[in-house]
Amino acid sequence: MSEAVLGPIENKQLAVASQWQLVWWAFKRHHLAMAGLYITAFLYLIALAPGFFATNDPSAQNGRAAYHPPQSLHFIDTAADGSWTIKPYIHASVLKRDPQTLAAIFTEDTSKKIYLQFLGSGYEYELFGLFKTRLHLLAAENTTQPIFIFGADRLGRCVYSRIIQGAQISLSVGLVGVLLSLTLGILIGGVSGYYGGRIDFVAQRAIEFVLALPTIPIWLALAAALPHDWPAVLNYFMITLILSLTGWAQLARVVRGRFLSLRTEEFVMAARLDGASEGRIIFRHMLPSFASHIIASITLAIPAMILAETSLSFLGLGLQPPSISWGVLLREAQNIRSIATAPWLFIPGGAVVLAVVALNFLGDGLRDAADPYNK
Amino acid sequence: MSKTAQTDDGSVILDVRNLVTHFPVRSGVVKAVDDVSFTLHRGKTLCIVGESGSGKSVTARSILQIVDAPGRIVSGEIILHREDGTTTDLAGLNPRGKAIRQVRGRDIAMIFQEPMSSLSPVHTVGEQIMEVLRLHLKMDKAQARTRCIELLGQVEIPKPAEAIDRYTFEFSGGMRQRVMIAMALACNPHILIADEPTTALDVTTQAEIIDLIRRLQNDHGMAVIFITHDMGVVAEIADDVLVMFRGKVMEHGPVDQIFHAPKDDYTRMLIGSVLKLEEKAEIRLKRPPLDTTVEPVMTVKNLSMHFGSNLAVNDVSLHVLPGETLGIVGESGSGKTTMGRCLLRVYQPTAGEISYRRADGSMVDLVRADEGLLKDCRKEIRMIFQDPVGSLNPRMTVSQIIGEPLLVNHLCMGQELEERVVDLMEQVGLNPDWRERYPHAFSGGQRQRIGIARAIALNPRVVVADEATSALDVSLRSQMLDLMMNLQDKLNLSYVFISHDIGVIRYMCDRVAVMYKGKVVETGTADQVCNAPEHPYTQALLSAIPRPDPRARSMHKRHRYKV
Repeated sequence: MSEAVLGPIENKQLAVASQWQLVWWAFKRHHLAMAGLYITAFLYLIALAPGFFATNDPSAQNGRAAYHPPQSLHFIDTAADGSWTIKPYIHASVLKRDPQTLAAIFTEDTSKKIYLQFLGSGYEYELFGLFKTRLHLLAAENTTQPIFIFGADRLGRCVYSRIIQGAQISLSVGLVGVLLSLTLGILIGGVSGYYGGRIDFVAQRAIEFVLALPTIPIWLALAAALPHDWPAVLNYFMITLILSLTGWAQLARVVRGRFLSLRTEEFVMAARLDGASEGRIIFRHMLPSFASHIIASITLAIPAMILAETSLSFLGLGLQPPSISWGVLLREAQNIRSIATAPWLFIPGGAVVLAVVALNFLGDGLRDAADPYNK
Repeated sequence: MSKTAQTDDGSVILDVRNLVTHFPVRSGVVKAVDDVSFTLHRGKTLCIVGESGSGKSVTARSILQIVDAPGRIVSGEIILHREDGTTTDLAGLNPRGKAIRQVRGRDIAMIFQEPMSSLSPVHTVGEQIMEVLRLHLKMDKAQARTRCIELLGQVEIPKPAEAIDRYTFEFSGGMRQRVMIAMALACNPHILIADEPTTALDVTTQAEIIDLIRRLQNDHGMAVIFITHDMGVVAEIADDVLVMFRGKVMEHGPVDQIFHAPKDDYTRMLIGSVLKLEEKAEIRLKRPPLDTTVEPVMTVKNLSMHFGSNLAVNDVSLHVLPGETLGIVGESGSGKTTMGRCLLRVYQPTAGEISYRRADGSMVDLVRADEGLLKDCRKEIRMIFQDPVGSLNPRMTVSQIIGEPLLVNHLCMGQELEERVVDLMEQVGLNPDWRERYPHAFSGGQRQRIGIARAIALNPRVVVADEATSALDVSLRSQMLDLMMNLQDKLNLSYVFISHDIGVIRYMCDRVAVMYKGKVVETGTADQVCNAPEHPYTQALLSAIPRPDPRARSMHKRHRYKV
């Protein structure tokens, strides 16, 4: 009805706006989704070049820094004469031992400042796995000095740098896993929806079977069946494969539903009568109509994958150290001792929450904006 | 007009003054109702008429404060005069408050266009009507049931005592609308607002519903606000008419004045375009008579089409001559659309043959043609669709849509394709500068022109047009038909023109086939079928069509077709 009230659209820009432009305009009005988009983009940027954002080598152990608490960053440096400059620094910490229990106690030495610099040089890493560099977003002027923004774990490794490094695996598991499910989902759902009839019946029963499987026990069983001596990369791919084995069914349903409803659309019949081949009907006429819906479904499926990987690794059945993922990091926080002495070991959980919430906002916004023609 | 209306003295029951309803949208506000004033008298019928987007529905909905969000009444008064002398300004009431709920259903009842979606499918008819009775009149269960059966009887539902326990999906469209009316009448409202109550119905069903509303109005002395875009219906039932255009009242007056002495230009145009469809098109009259001795371009013999056990097309035989327009007329469910689609073998007919004479004189049976041959024939037999929105891919530009048949058949590419698209757009009266635009930037009429351009892109010989003008406003219909006829003469096309609208058929068709329940019951020249039908069904169909002339009200004279 509202379209009837609006009458013909005069706006020139709107007249030549393609589907994706209309989707983008609708999406932009959704502020939470925009925030989700920015955060997600930033997280994936980190995952692309973790070395640049890390401050310490995530695998480097440091016996003298076990359970080192987080150090606070200071940005304004006040000199003794009262003048000030903007220069980031941290206070040096001093290790003492409790005379009775011999427990380590770190105290800040406020008289000593360790200056940091942006785009400074630190440990050596490989950028994009291609070339070696020492460039970091934030590094101590003295390159051997560790910085514990989020504290250190049992072996004195920098939690902040490990979270940054873990983003690479945790976020890409979601992406790769969903791409695998998507391929299966579009193929099976598309064939099922386009041809219908007996093919549809068989595909639907298969989907129902997969959906009926209790996922967590299946994952656990499959993950437990992986040999422990496999290299980390192979292990990683097997885990994503296991996760996507059950994920495709939902996507296949979405795709099938779309195909079924589009098959009867008059413009699809028109294309058939125009003489377009089946491939052209599917890829030129039908697929663009639900591409945006599929992207929204994917965006909503990624967080589920991330959570699944985190759970599996947390339970010790997913990725194994020395691989670093958020789930692996959270294993450190499995016991009561961590809660008591080193609560900062939970910070990787915060990263999971941030990523999942941001992706969900993004997905919700996309879903609302996905069909700009049916308002 | 009626006894009760006279005893009801015709005093004002509803007084709408300077009503303004706005819909805030991204780019500002849409003034859906812009300073509308009118009065409704007891026992009288006011027709609000206008084309799509005129704000007629929003006006009616504003009265009951059921405007869809984000619309709201900005200013104005809607004064309801009750019989006991009290008055209420409905515009001032809280849309969710108790006061307006008291008015809804009790003082003013409303019926809607879609009888299916306005009734609940999970409750029986009786439950839905009894709810109204128990809420407003505080009846107990037994009382409500008795009254409900009585109401169903009043709206002429057969066997009301049994029908009360049925679900809405067990009824046909017309019967559902009767249930809706029974529900509206439950509390003896003083005003009935009917929002396009017959638009979704066939003409014969429409006639019954109009009859029913009129009879109930006489019995109960109700005032009726009847919203419609159909000038024939207006002429048939209105006492007063309010003509709206883009939210504004163009003209308000007695029905005879509106039809026979319209003052406003828009009203004149509207009446003019309706009257135009009452006669044969000028283009047709000017054309030299068709050569009827030539071989037909398409001959359909004993065509049948089953959907499961349902026989949609039953033993249909037809022929189409070169350059001829064959009209297929029938009501919903008559199988006319299925038949049209069988001609292009969208559906595989279950029996019969369709012999198509190709340009080189060879004959092809389309029912049995293989894929390659069928593809070639589909270049020569094209289709124009009913829905100007659904038949154009919203994700392709106009030039891509029109160019698609040329491209997929490898007829032209690149610059040549571009030039052909420009040429086609000019032929159908579209500005070629708009070819990079998407369908959402076009109005309904323009979109239908795009559909026509796509159909003629391959230089076809036969075009099947399925309700090509039904989704368009009446003022656009004759333009579209004129365009199609001009193209026909220029390109020597044959049309198979499927429509439920006898006016459209009379305007442009040479011959007409009347379909009823899958069969062709009558075939003849358009003049003969429209003016002197032979088959009783055709006679019944024609007599049910309201004429756009209040001085020639004919519906009470109509006769019904019983098998």
